[in-house]
Amino acid sequence: MSEVEAVASSWTTGTVREIERFGDSYVKLRLEVANRHDHVPGQHYVVRLRAPDGYTAQRSYSVASDPADPLIELMVECLPRGEVSSFLHEVAEVGDELEVRGPIGRWFVWGGTVPSICVAGGSGVVPFVSMMRYARRMGTESALTVVASAQTRVRLPYVEDLEEFGALIALTRENHVDGTGAERVAAHIYPDELAGLSNGVERAYVCGSAGFVSFVGRSLGEAGVRSDVVRVEQFGPTG
Amino acid sequence: MAGFTRGFTGGARRGADQRLPPGQYDTGSGWPVLSAELTPQVDLDAWTMSIDGLVEKPTTWDWPGIHTLPGSSYFGDIHCVTTWTKFDTTFSGISVDSLLQVARPTPEATHVMATSTTGYTTNLPIEDITGGKAWIVWEFDGKPLTAEHGGPVRMLVPHLYFWKSAKWITRITLMDHDEQGFWERNGYHDRGDPWLEQRYQGDA
Repeated sequence: MSEVEAVASSWTTGTVREIERFGDSYVKLRLEVANRHDHVPGQHYVVRLRAPDGYTAQRSYSVASDPADPLIELMVECLPRGEVSSFLHEVAEVGDELEVRGPIGRWFVWGGTVPSICVAGGSGVVPFVSMMRYARRMGTESALTVVASAQTRVRLPYVEDLEEFGALIALTRENHVDGTGAERVAAHIYPDELAGLSNGVERAYVCGSAGFVSFVGRSLGEAGVRSDVVRVEQFGPTG
Repeated sequence: MAGFTRGFTGGARRGADQRLPPGQYDTGSGWPVLSAELTPQVDLDAWTMSIDGLVEKPTTWDWPGIHTLPGSSYFGDIHCVTTWTKFDTTFSGISVDSLLQVARPTPEATHVMATSTTGYTTNLPIEDITGGKAWIVWEFDGKPLTAEHGGPVRMLVPHLYFWKSAKWITRITLMDHDEQGFWERNGYHDRGDPWLEQRYQGDA
């Protein structure tokens, strides 16, 4: 059932080669990973921080880069009181060495050929950016349909890449003008939009907060997508 | 491998609770939702729980039927492989021991596969679900378990990482060998003891 070969990953060193901060919201890290195994788009890495007394904190982050990229790219959302994300946002610099482990996960992955629709909320776009970049290189863009939702355009990471790929950008608090000049009025993703885009897809990937995933799951159902072809990745707390 | 991380003291979490297994943090009052599939709507009128495989008496209970068994509760902590730990949870339902007393595993049975209504599976050694270590639960903090957290009925194996506590449980199959379930095939550890940090395939 899995398209991905099993690799028993172990901890290794990820050296920060590039770092870019986007306001208070996101930090992009590009890491050179020692003894690296190629990932499959959709997989994640674990980043572990270690204090001098041995105390550690670790979190998982989806990979945004193409497997052929010499560096591993992570786009980390900075969460309030986020122990790891706030360190990466406020402290990490080029040249720092982090403990990393990956690639991990063999379910929320796209091997490059199965016709699929990807629906992301906010930072949920990250695994799909890896898929888009891979599809670009392999010439299989037609197998991948991407929908990305956020409150506003500036709050959507990789928005330029998404627009260039032809993703449907569904903003909920402002209108959005796509590459053809058509304007979409601010609204949540609605089933009619998904119905048009999910014609003929054999798989759906949904990545976002629990509430977003639940909402999109219902919309996909109304659009005629069977629940057993839907693969889900959720993050964030619930009330 | 790097030594310590430059500039990281962990100060924000200093004095961490002794109840936290290595690499875990206290999620406080939150309870993150994680699953690989969409949340199913399970109708209790149609719901059943079965014990099958290597047992003397394969048995299926319906919702009223399972309530004829003695109730049992768990009070304590739960640990997710994504590094959150939730302290002082209360779950109520029945002990898995009660089901196995009825179905009576045969001597060859060494492992089980737990299966959800969605088709999700997870594997466990029989010792990890017997002797008061595992439950079938339908209440959290005295209220019906919500669908997103595995309701109406989920398994609870709190001494292992929480992916072993299969949501939307419907069947436990006794086997004479180990066999990987869903996350175990997809890169996660076969046993998943949080105190040993058995997170991924390849961990000790």
